[in-house]
Amino acid sequence: YDARTTIFSPEGRLYQVEYAMEAISHAGTALGILASDGIVIAAEKKVTSKLLEQTTTSEKIYLLNDNVICGVAGITADANYLINYSRQIAQNYLYTYGEDIPVEQLVQRLCDLKQGYTQYGGLRPFGVSFIYAGHDSHYGFQLYHSDPSGNYGGWKATCIGANNASAQSLLKQDYKDEITLKEARELAAKVLSKTMDSTTLSSEKLEFATLSLNDEGKVSYHLYKPDEIDALLKDFDLGGAQDRPTE
Amino acid sequence: MEFLIGITGKDFVLTAADTSAARSITVMKSNEDKSCDLNKHNIMLYSGESGDTVNFAEYIQRNVRLYGIRNGIELTPKAAATFTRKELATSLRSRHPYSVFLLIAGYDITTSKPHLYWIDYLGSSAEVPFAAHGYGAYYCLSILDRYHHPNLTLDEAKDLIKKCINELKSRFIVNLFDFKIKVTDQDGIREITI
Repeated sequence: YDARTTIFSPEGRLYQVEYAMEAISHAGTALGILASDGIVIAAEKKVTSKLLEQTTTSEKIYLLNDNVICGVAGITADANYLINYSRQIAQNYLYTYGEDIPVEQLVQRLCDLKQGYTQYGGLRPFGVSFIYAGHDSHYGFQLYHSDPSGNYGGWKATCIGANNASAQSLLKQDYKDEITLKEARELAAKVLSKTMDSTTLSSEKLEFATLSLNDEGKVSYHLYKPDEIDALLKDFDLGGAQDRPTE
Repeated sequence: MEFLIGITGKDFVLTAADTSAARSITVMKSNEDKSCDLNKHNIMLYSGESGDTVNFAEYIQRNVRLYGIRNGIELTPKAAATFTRKELATSLRSRHPYSVFLLIAGYDITTSKPHLYWIDYLGSSAEVPFAAHGYGAYYCLSILDRYHHPNLTLDEAKDLIKKCINELKSRFIVNLFDFKIKVTDQDGIREITI
């Protein structure tokens, strides 16, 4: 029953979809936290090397539209395809309605695509889970999570990738409803440091981004540069390594 | 001979259309409603080639309604106008373009502001504080230029429309004797008398 995605198993399961989720559980952790004045996305990079050109490429966190960003866990090539697709969807909406796409609609469109790959075509599902962080005028700041089955949910704080269960329970313990963006950043860094394999955090292994409103009330996205991440980690007493590991 | 007019106020939009449906020299109906409720806070007034008007208006209305049902939120006036304009722009280069003149008036509940859009069959769209379609526009726009300001109250707007209608009655050769006047504000769309 494994061979084809378009077939149920006798117990009523879709094995290919489950195997896709298994692939994601080996990927680098990504987590998102919804604060009252913004959203934080933090992620652990798996591909770390001195030779990697860090300033030009992003492995985990991407901009989808002026008002939405996402964090990725899973097969990077699959993620790139879906990110490109959702960027087109967002622009198409802007073209038709003259306004930014509401966050949930963007999530739904992407999930509809993912669901299609579990039902027809005979192609394998996408091996990616997303965390979407966005803002719109209808519901303010929102955080969503979607997986290869095409299911999605709205969250206050969530986590995908390796060790996501332990990260999720840590988030559950420490998250409070009126958390500010400042506190959320610290919580994100702390939770990641506890769930990551390595002993100390450094900007080499982390991607960090925030979504908030600037002084004019417009959505502003900040992808932290390596030195900004180091400064942040120092503030929280979590590392900010100066030594680069030898390869 | 058809006349449409829209006036934005502080937190509402006042719209009016004449109510006669005529072909050549005969008036077939004198209580025609030339408007379509797109959703709770958006209304569209239409005039132009008969058949095209209602067809296009209903098409837009159904699409706007579908959006509301699918997504649980209603389209803002700007989004509805952009969508409508795009449909007209596409229709323009088709075998038989829709020949319609529209006013889209609405109250944006996310920003609590009223909006009015003037749209024509070529796919031109402009957001304006007041607007009119038809020959009547030539008589009314100057009155609106003179007396309109952004913080109009409903009573002031009603007076303004009265001025416009009286001008038409005295100077326009076609006797537009009756008008359907509606207000769109945060409570929705309702018909009023002046």
